Amino acid sequence: MAFSTGEISLEQQRVKAARMFLIPMIVMLFVVAGWPLFRSIYFSFTNTSLTNLSGGEWVGFDNYLNRRELSSGRVVWRGTLVDPDWWNAVWNTIKFSFVSVSLETIFGLIVALVLNAEFKGRGLVRAAILIPWAIPTVVSARMWQWMLNDQFGIINDLFLRLGLISQKIAWTADPDYSMAAVIAVDVWKTTPFMALLILAGLQTVPKDIYEAAKIDGIHPVKVFWKVTLPLIRPAVMVAVIFRILDALRVFDLIYLLANNSQTKTMSVISRENLIEFDKFAYGSAQSTLLFCIILVFVSLYIWLGKVDLSGEAGR
Amino acid sequence: MEKLKKIGFYALVLVIVLVCTFPFYYTIVTSFATGSAIFEVNYLPKSLGLDNYKSVLFDSKAQFPRAFLNSVFIATITVIGALFIGVTASYALARVQFRGRGLLLMTILAVSMFPQIAVLAGLFEMIRGVGIYNTPYALILSYTIFTLPFTVWVLTTFMRQLPVEIEEAAIIDGATPWQIITQVFMPLLWPALVTTGLLAFIAAWNEFLFALTFISSTEQRTVPVAIAMLSGAQQHEIPWGPIMAASVIVTLPLVVLVLIFQRKIVSGLTAGGVKG
Repeated sequence: MAFSTGEISLEQQRVKAARMFLIPMIVMLFVVAGWPLFRSIYFSFTNTSLTNLSGGEWVGFDNYLNRRELSSGRVVWRGTLVDPDWWNAVWNTIKFSFVSVSLETIFGLIVALVLNAEFKGRGLVRAAILIPWAIPTVVSARMWQWMLNDQFGIINDLFLRLGLISQKIAWTADPDYSMAAVIAVDVWKTTPFMALLILAGLQTVPKDIYEAAKIDGIHPVKVFWKVTLPLIRPAVMVAVIFRILDALRVFDLIYLLANNSQTKTMSVISRENLIEFDKFAYGSAQSTLLFCIILVFVSLYIWLGKVDLSGEAGR
Repeated sequence: MEKLKKIGFYALVLVIVLVCTFPFYYTIVTSFATGSAIFEVNYLPKSLGLDNYKSVLFDSKAQFPRAFLNSVFIATITVIGALFIGVTASYALARVQFRGRGLLLMTILAVSMFPQIAVLAGLFEMIRGVGIYNTPYALILSYTIFTLPFTVWVLTTFMRQLPVEIEEAAIIDGATPWQIITQVFMPLLWPALVTTGLLAFIAAWNEFLFALTFISSTEQRTVPVAIAMLSGAQQHEIPWGPIMAASVIVTLPLVVLVLIFQRKIVSGLTAGGVKG
């Protein structure tokens, strides 16, 4: 009896210590995430401007959508939700996310399969694929901008020599090609991350499955589609949603490499309005919309990924 | 047939390595080209001119060395802060059963996936209000939004894997939770601390949006913004040589770190699948 009360008080002591340990983190997260998020959402319902941050007045949903009847009787709708520039940015973001994540998944799968095979120099290849990941986005944007330069770029030189193009192309400046250029650079930079996540999934597949399939004389391609892929699907799904989240909020690559009407994404247009065009409240409304979209995907990630929140699996 | 397959496989390996490494290789080649040589396409290095490096390091207008020091200071303090708060918090999350733990973990995960733009307006107001606009502290504070959740999440994953027996033995010996963390877990945890610290450092070192928004003067800039601002107003004015030299200077330390710690980085990246 005495022993069990001792146990309880020990457990209580631990819970008390845990609370003390958690307080600094919770306070910090509230200061840098919770409160700023709340204020950003609040700003989106006001007419606050960058030069007068405390002088905003509540305007309801006007930044999102408002209906105005002119004296002539004509009805005018205004706000982000009827702003063609916003919808263009939404469309660009979807296009960018869909194409880049699809390509990254395919290439990531290929690279992961290569790295999962036993061969000489595997460590070297794994080191090499970490290089694009480690290079700062600013640097990779400038680096590729130089390589994709219309006059002096090595890509045009190479493609001309190989006969892939007949004349030099302004990859980042020409609206017809800038989206493709941005996607290509993003795929180059983030495929390694995708490959490593998929590789982690591949390494959980027991090796004897392949042995058994080999003995039964099943073609490796069939083994991949019927055995490997279903087994690694959860790992791939988690990686894909993860990358979608990242792609939806893309800012620096677009801002630095090619910022035009064909590539401008939701983050880029929000920041433009917030900081550069002095439409602080309007930009806040756009960033809030982006937040809502991402919230849906985060919930999807936590739900689909069956993220281990309880910690039971690890024990 | 077997031989053909092997050749095909190695060709694929070669393509992967080439695609991954060539852009950085070409950046290095360009950074050593001087004068008009920069406007010739050279696949192999032709000269070893240091003019671009000199202009980056000694040009008083760009203040690149200053930006480098700013970045080192900001990233270091951010990482130390995140690790300090993160170790104790993740001990509580990984090792102690209490109500609301699942909810707290979910919140941390959600915060780590926040779009930075969603808090930009609120952070801007706070930074202006506290009076740290255009100082390193604005970035140290705001970078906590991604370094802290990341650190806590990865360290929690690592700490769960430590055997219960070690902790039980310490408890029987009368160790307090603080002693368990500092004297029992820390020695076992240092590889995880190195990994998380390194990944958080890279994230802080590379950050662009906050650095662009919360800093206004040249002296306070971090490296990514300094490189972005090296460009002229018009396309043909862009000083490509110095940009490439600056890119090599800031990337080389990262590439070396990554190559040394590659195993640890891979395990850190895949632990809980958190962004690096």
